[in-house]
Amino acid sequence: MTLTYIKNGETLALNDAACIGCGVCVDVCPHAVFLVESGKALIRRRETCMECGACARNCPSGAISVNAGVGCAGAIIIGKLRGTVPDCGGEAGCCAGKGGACC
Amino acid sequence: MNLLLKRDKKSEAQAGFIALDELRKPWVLRFLVFGGRTIPAVSTTLNTADRMGGLKARWGIGRMRYSVLPGLYAVGSPTPESPVFVTANYKMSFDALRSRLAKLDGWILALDTKGINVWCAAGKGTFGTAELVSRIAKARLSAIVSHRRLVLPQLGAPGVSAPDVAKLSGFHVEWGPVRASDIPAWLSAGRKKDDAMREVTFNLRERMSVAPVEIAHAWPIAIGALALAAVFGLPAEGWLARAVPATILLLGAIPVGTLAFPVLLPWLPTRAFSVKGAVLGAAWAASWAVLFRMPVMTAASGMLVASPVVAFLGMNFTGASTFTCQPGALLEVEKGFWPMVLSLIAGLAAGGAARIFGA
Repeated sequence: MTLTYIKNGETLALNDAACIGCGVCVDVCPHAVFLVESGKALIRRRETCMECGACARNCPSGAISVNAGVGCAGAIIIGKLRGTVPDCGGEAGCCAGKGGACC
Repeated sequence: MNLLLKRDKKSEAQAGFIALDELRKPWVLRFLVFGGRTIPAVSTTLNTADRMGGLKARWGIGRMRYSVLPGLYAVGSPTPESPVFVTANYKMSFDALRSRLAKLDGWILALDTKGINVWCAAGKGTFGTAELVSRIAKARLSAIVSHRRLVLPQLGAPGVSAPDVAKLSGFHVEWGPVRASDIPAWLSAGRKKDDAMREVTFNLRERMSVAPVEIAHAWPIAIGALALAAVFGLPAEGWLARAVPATILLLGAIPVGTLAFPVLLPWLPTRAFSVKGAVLGAAWAASWAVLFRMPVMTAASGMLVASPVVAFLGMNFTGASTFTCQPGALLEVEKGFWPMVLSLIAGLAAGGAARIFGA
């Protein structure tokens, strides 16, 4: 079952002209958002994009942009309380269990 | 190859770039002398202490100290041609990797992520380009391996830019599978990932494995629930008959929000975690009120209190989930705050009214 969230992938943008079709975005995306077809990347499942920023950071031609950030309410609350950007400095605690699953 | 497999103090002390005392751990099998350096060789099996440590960390116990020393480690009897696997210095991440490298010769480069797992650290930027490039230099990796390739967990990609790493260090990043458990299959497939190896899932087992820490963090709510139930039971006459059902309803909101919520996540209505939680919390209180034949006002009070509590716990689960984006979580926090607070106040008022007027 594919789980989706609110506002997923709204800031993800792909510049078709700059894309060289290397497929790195397909390789690093954890939610199968991209597809490479006839030498160009396509956004095929925007609704599953969690805006982690892996694609944009690794696109060699800078063709992808996304407003990346952690989708963590705890981090947002901590940020609001401290007047800073969302920060999951461990206090939110959510990261604890992820070790086994995502090495 | 001049490879001496002996453990002698002098060569250990010569290592210099790592503090050896911190490496005298049961999971370090021996110290490998390699090119005049002493590198800890790690076991690929997890013992009881490793498993217990992982279990405790999942419950949030000593989690921030659950780390290994950043630096270079060996697996098996590696050579300069052996692959280099990069991971975080969160011990659970490190253990997940080493336990999947049985019968393999290779190197592990643990980055200093301050004891945070790969994905979260990548999101924060500590599992990042700068740390990787500097760790390569600090570990003098170029003097150890003859090739210039690194295998990174795919979930490190939000923090590490492979093109920048190549420019800054000369090392080429190869994105391995998401899960360390897929490494053997990935290697035997000629380092080819299939779609399943790339995709992050959030199945029942995965949802439950991140639940304990949410329970552990809910203790302030437990204190509040107990206090509220105790007050609701007043006066002394008939206290037990009122306080016990109230305790079960209020305290029960915690397992409902931290255990039932992740179990039911895919089927709860809407995509907003807070709304899912609000519905679940109200349903919990309503069924409890029916079961106990609570008066209408008392039942309404329970629903108005339990609903925002479970909504809050549910909203916090966005951090443990694997598919939520920041704008969505921000929207939940901003739009959810006042409804939760008002519902709580209304619930407390209704509870007070129920007690005063005996409704």
